[in-house]
Amino acid sequence: MDNGSSRGRFRDSEAAQGYLLISPTAVYAILMLAAPLLAVFVYSLMIDSRAGASAGFTFGNYVEVWSGRIYQAIMLRSLWVSMLVTLITVLLAYPVAYFVSFHVKPERKALWLFLITIPFWTSYLIRVFLWKVILGYNGVINSGLMSLGIIDEPLTVINYSIGSMVATLAHAYAPFAILPIFVSLEKIDRSLLEAGQDLGESKLLTFWRVTLPLSMAGVIAAVLIVFIPTIGDYVTPELIGGGKIPMIANMIEVKMLKQNDKAVGAAIAVSAMLIVTAVSLVFLLLNKRFLKGQK
Amino acid sequence: MMKSPGLKIYTIAYLVFLYAPIALLPIFAFNDSRVIAFPLAGFTTNWFVEMWNDQQLWIAFKNSMTIAVSSALFATLFGIFAARASTRYNFPGKPGIIGLIMLPLVLPEMIVSMALLVILIGIGVPLSIFTIILGHVLICTPYAVAILSSAFSSLDRSLEEAAYDLGETRASTFRLIILPLVMPGIISSLLISFTISLDEFIIAYFLGGNQTVLSVYIFGQFRFPQKVPAIMALGFVLVCISILLLTIAEYFRRRGIAKTGGKDTGGFL
Repeated sequence: MDNGSSRGRFRDSEAAQGYLLISPTAVYAILMLAAPLLAVFVYSLMIDSRAGASAGFTFGNYVEVWSGRIYQAIMLRSLWVSMLVTLITVLLAYPVAYFVSFHVKPERKALWLFLITIPFWTSYLIRVFLWKVILGYNGVINSGLMSLGIIDEPLTVINYSIGSMVATLAHAYAPFAILPIFVSLEKIDRSLLEAGQDLGESKLLTFWRVTLPLSMAGVIAAVLIVFIPTIGDYVTPELIGGGKIPMIANMIEVKMLKQNDKAVGAAIAVSAMLIVTAVSLVFLLLNKRFLKGQK
Repeated sequence: MMKSPGLKIYTIAYLVFLYAPIALLPIFAFNDSRVIAFPLAGFTTNWFVEMWNDQQLWIAFKNSMTIAVSSALFATLFGIFAARASTRYNFPGKPGIIGLIMLPLVLPEMIVSMALLVILIGIGVPLSIFTIILGHVLICTPYAVAILSSAFSSLDRSLEEAAYDLGETRASTFRLIILPLVMPGIISSLLISFTISLDEFIIAYFLGGNQTVLSVYIFGQFRFPQKVPAIMALGFVLVCISILLLTIAEYFRRRGIAKTGGKDTGGFL
């Protein structure tokens, strides 16, 4: 580039302009996000916040959260539900992303993606509520099956169960999984696939040895994008679980607001963030190793 | 293009599964029965009338509009600053700063709202529509940054340099050259932020004090089984509005790509 040297000279002023430009957004994020998260962290290390002021520094809240039976059960349940949802969502989404990327004409791809993303942008609350209507005791499935004469009594297994929570969440986060997988499939050089088949591999083997490994980054992104919001979901356990099958978010609400135990509530919140970070790191490392194995 | 009917059938079945619950909205919104169940009872528009006459719903609707419009404006404004800074300038610590701005995308909303609640109560800010807006701007900004970054990064830098060479200042170049080119991205960011804020429940529920917004109103109605048909009607209206807004956003997004001479690479996000 002919202006390479002048760019070097203006480097300082360029950095200064960058800082100046990003500062309103950055300051907002620091005030409204970094500071509050720090406050939660400080709260989680306080002895008894119910008394009002802080009375000292302790790890007691974390000991309580990590060793308490109820807390353990709820955290394990949240993990179990969100992992199941992630597995189902990603498995179901892959063929759809594959179809749109490999079998749809380029000029129609945007339309297909638009169709897939529309349900995601319709009210989340209404969608969860619809599943309650579908799966409820007197809901659409039960009344439909009864009016068709297939069953005589309403099925009870489909309401207020972990299974119905998983179904609801898997439906709610379906489009999330398709987009990253689609993007990674789009990036694959099509000539690699032709080369594979020219060298005598079957279509299935080409998929297994070329397409799938090359799209793994998208699959990992899809896993994270589904896993993170589902583990923190509040509405589905409340509505579909009928409040009887709480997850982490519901527990945070109960501690923070209903029992006004901010210290323990904050410890749960920090623990939840740690769990999310740990799981994310495992997947990111897996991805890294996977990509390394490719070379 | 390879042909494979199996995959196509699967994808269509998947789309049906995706849309099936939403298809129930119009069916039961016009169904003449308080109970949401088959067989259907007959056609009625009573539920829309009942919805229309609900005073509380109108208050919630007005609050939601105030919040969604302000959140969309502020989030897009913050998005413009951040997207322009990250696509045009290099500075130390950029990944960290952008990471913090994008963080709400990967944080459970419950944690965002509790963290905000702790600090707002701590410094004695009364909960109101204003505090909901504070939270919504925070969670809409990452989406605005993502949309606007792609708009700004598809800009040809030589256009800007040409304007400088022709004697325009930095500010007038931005106004005359850059802004019109990224306008479709701005409109799309406004619409997406508006839709997210309108839908958002957890922050509105916990940071709203005694102010009701649309999503909180809907959540509250779930306790009353006799209100369900009116919610179906409301849901139907909301879905129609969402689809309309998204179609407009998609139109502007495509026009933006066409304007800057890029190639369409897919939908939002």
